[in-house]
Amino acid sequence: MMGSRAGWRRRAAVLLLVAVSLSAVLATPAAAASAAADSGEAGRAAEQHSERISGSAGDVLEDNPVGRLKVFIYDLPRKYNKKMVTNDPRCLNHMFAAEIFMHRFLLSSAVRTLNPKEADWFYTPVYTTCDLTPAGLPLPFKSPRVMRSAIQYISNKWPFWNRTDGADHFFVVPHDFGACFHYQEEKAIERGILPLLRRATLVQTFGQENHVCLKEGSIIIPPYAPPQKMQAHFIPPDTPRSIFVYFRGLFYDTGNDPEGGYYARGARASLWENFKNNPLFDISTDHPPTYYEDMQRAVFCLCPLGWAPWSPRLVEAVVFGCIPVIIADDIVLPFADAIPWEEIGVFVEEKDVPKLDTILTSMSIEDILRKQRLLANPSMKQAMLFPQPAQPRDTFHQILNGLARKLPHPEGVYLQPGEKHLNWTAGPVGDLKAW
Amino acid sequence: MMKSLLPQSQLRRSAAAAAARSSGGGAASGGADGAGSDGGAGGRAPAASTFWFLLHALCCLVSLFLGFRFSRLLFVLLFSTTALYSSTSSSSSSAVLRATTTTTTTTTTTTTTTNTITLSFAATANPPPSTSANYTALDSAASGTSGHTQSHVVVGRHGIRIRPWPHPDPVEVMRAHRIMERVQEEQRRWYGIKEPRQVLVVTPTYSRAFQALHLTGLLHSLRNVPYPLTWIVVEAGGTTNATASLLARSGLTIVHIPFPDRMPHDWADRHATENRMRLHALRVIRERKMDGVIVFADDSNVHSLELFDEVQKVQWMGAVSVGILAHTGTAGQPRLSEEDKQNMPLPVQGPACNSSGQLVGWHTFNSLPFAGKTATVVGEAAPVLPRGLEWAGFVLNSRMLWKEAEGKPDWVKDLDAVGENGEEIENPLTLLNDPSSVEPLGNCGRKVLLWWLRVEARADSKFPQGWVIQPPLEVVVPAKRTPWPETTAVLSSELLDTKQDQEDRRLSRTNRSSRSRSTTKRKGDVQGQEN
Repeated sequence: MMGSRAGWRRRAAVLLLVAVSLSAVLATPAAAASAAADSGEAGRAAEQHSERISGSAGDVLEDNPVGRLKVFIYDLPRKYNKKMVTNDPRCLNHMFAAEIFMHRFLLSSAVRTLNPKEADWFYTPVYTTCDLTPAGLPLPFKSPRVMRSAIQYISNKWPFWNRTDGADHFFVVPHDFGACFHYQEEKAIERGILPLLRRATLVQTFGQENHVCLKEGSIIIPPYAPPQKMQAHFIPPDTPRSIFVYFRGLFYDTGNDPEGGYYARGARASLWENFKNNPLFDISTDHPPTYYEDMQRAVFCLCPLGWAPWSPRLVEAVVFGCIPVIIADDIVLPFADAIPWEEIGVFVEEKDVPKLDTILTSMSIEDILRKQRLLANPSMKQAMLFPQPAQPRDTFHQILNGLARKLPHPEGVYLQPGEKHLNWTAGPVGDLKAW
Repeated sequence: MMKSLLPQSQLRRSAAAAAARSSGGGAASGGADGAGSDGGAGGRAPAASTFWFLLHALCCLVSLFLGFRFSRLLFVLLFSTTALYSSTSSSSSSAVLRATTTTTTTTTTTTTTTNTITLSFAATANPPPSTSANYTALDSAASGTSGHTQSHVVVGRHGIRIRPWPHPDPVEVMRAHRIMERVQEEQRRWYGIKEPRQVLVVTPTYSRAFQALHLTGLLHSLRNVPYPLTWIVVEAGGTTNATASLLARSGLTIVHIPFPDRMPHDWADRHATENRMRLHALRVIRERKMDGVIVFADDSNVHSLELFDEVQKVQWMGAVSVGILAHTGTAGQPRLSEEDKQNMPLPVQGPACNSSGQLVGWHTFNSLPFAGKTATVVGEAAPVLPRGLEWAGFVLNSRMLWKEAEGKPDWVKDLDAVGENGEEIENPLTLLNDPSSVEPLGNCGRKVLLWWLRVEARADSKFPQGWVIQPPLEVVVPAKRTPWPETTAVLSSELLDTKQDQEDRRLSRTNRSSRSRSTTKRKGDVQGQEN
């Protein structure tokens, strides 16, 4: 008996010792293995053709938002969303279709909750850019009224808007200048962001520093480009890249800017005048059927500003592995905290456009190869796309990641009794009309 | 984005409304704003309104001549405040000033005036009609040195910056090309073949009129192959200087092997001889233990560069699809019946696969429509057809031929056992015990990677040796403008006289006779130039 008890204690002590030593032994090889794996991976990555991407918020491109936030979707009447699409299904194909697809994605996503009391974020599915002209271009003239009407609806029907004056709500406003709801920059600046959206988080494509139409805390997303169309045009990746600089698009907009100098702040015209004779620059206003294939055969793709600083060219360049040359002063690019754009693209100031050939040819080859490796990272390409149905790490998930990174909501979100931020009668008189 | 759609009426109305609001003298707005300004000025006394109308009309006329909105300039000069002018200090507009002076002018003269006017334009950095919001923005920019609240990117008209010499710099062009070379190298390394194997190209040839044509073409194709390459040229009738000099100029690694028999003039015999020459080359490869992928490139065939990328994938023996170009275009082309034309299959020889990508059979060239109409003698003007499966469509791994090689499959016959009894080796399938293990290449034979063609001149056709004209040909038609040297040491007067006589005689006769005369003459001259 005694012996067994003493033996038991001794056995326990031995077991404890063994456990400790084992854990020590296992921990160090695990650490060593992970260190070796890291260095090995770094070494292999140099041989491999893609590289991990980590932005200022860390290595967050591959995060999974499920479980990190909950989104409640307001149930708006059909006239705010479905009826618009039925009236004009072209809304599904133009570059502002992100708002429609975001709604569809959220409806079936795992972050959706049907209980608004446990929601972190509230989504209002109102399609403000679905008012198309006969030619298919969206007019923003009714958009402020549509948005206002939607907000009035949700603030009357549910208590959550008034609880925070919209600070935990987010809206998708992919139009030219976001929630300023105008395509002409001066008009957009004049209007400013819709007063009712002052506290809400805006998910938009427009981003320019110190601009009236970019609110702090907005999430910038890439413009919608149809992923199937792009994926149908892939060519073998060992096709040699034999075009140095590639661009297709307008340089002068003679319809709306006949004197020049207004469109693109003169940057595109400067591009044309300086480089139309340069054999390294394959730039023209053609609409070739091999546009996507040509981008895959180019080393640099120009992404200059147009009437607004953003364009689907950035998405296309990233998807096709062509280094984007971004010519738009002070532009804020999509998911800027998750994607380190300075390491991936080349930024050229508008005043430096005449020196563009010097800038591009004097880049070091290691730089260029590194950028190509970053672009080859599949997470990078995936983050720019809107596939249907949604796939992990695509733009929809990156938006949710961005929203999750803004959680938990800061202190001032919930209004004190009697505190009011929004002025429901601010803005041009025309906006106050009911819709 | 969709600005082209912008209805002009909207612009006009909003512009006019803004103009009316801000200036009060809104008639001084551009041609497009005409309708609005009329409305804006409607509430005035008739005299004033006609005055403004006339002023507006004058502005429109001036704009018509100058080509830009003169009224806008007027508005700017008359109604803008000094605060706007002080904002010229901003860097963008000063750059604009610089740029406009260096702008290369286009053809019309109006643009020159536009350039100078743009100086003051840029000062506003906001074209009218602008509203109070923009003014305050500009004021803050003017007052603050670097506006934290306002970005230095300003809306409005900017100059188009053009450098004084907008042409490419050759040093930069070279740098760009070097960049592209490195990028392509990396691409090959990442996505291309991991360990490129040497390509051993086997070509049977012999010296004849068309040899230079064929070998030059093949030479250039091979020079463009991005893999290490050895060109094994087997020459019928022994090695000749003509062939050797052609090969030496290629810059490739050459193995020039003589083959004792001469090339026969009969197509059937020629095919057989070529097969024996290829076997001879394979034996040499075996002896020298050359390592790589063996491609049979006949000198008259045309190869795409993708062929050489595809053959890197072969393990032991592969087959590619060969396009057969059998129709030698002559006036006397065999008339094929309609039925023949219907039944004519694709002129492709190669592997046939089932839906799961496995080799199930072979496509061969249907020669029935050509029965009896094909060429028998080399150089005859009739279609030359391939036989069964051509060697050109097969690719071997050289280790398959070695006596001992690790992993050598047992369905390969030993090379010594092949062709010893003098039997006809029609195609490389006879090298195998089991022809079903051939790998189909080129997307399972769907991609045609090379074209088979036989184009030859008659066996007795003459051509200058080495394609160098030696001695110089005699004059057929004198060059009219160069003065003849009267008498030189070389040309005696006798020769001159005979030449004159010839010319006179020729001019008095028909063309045909003179041509025949010259051919006979030439024939006599170039005796001994026969191949």
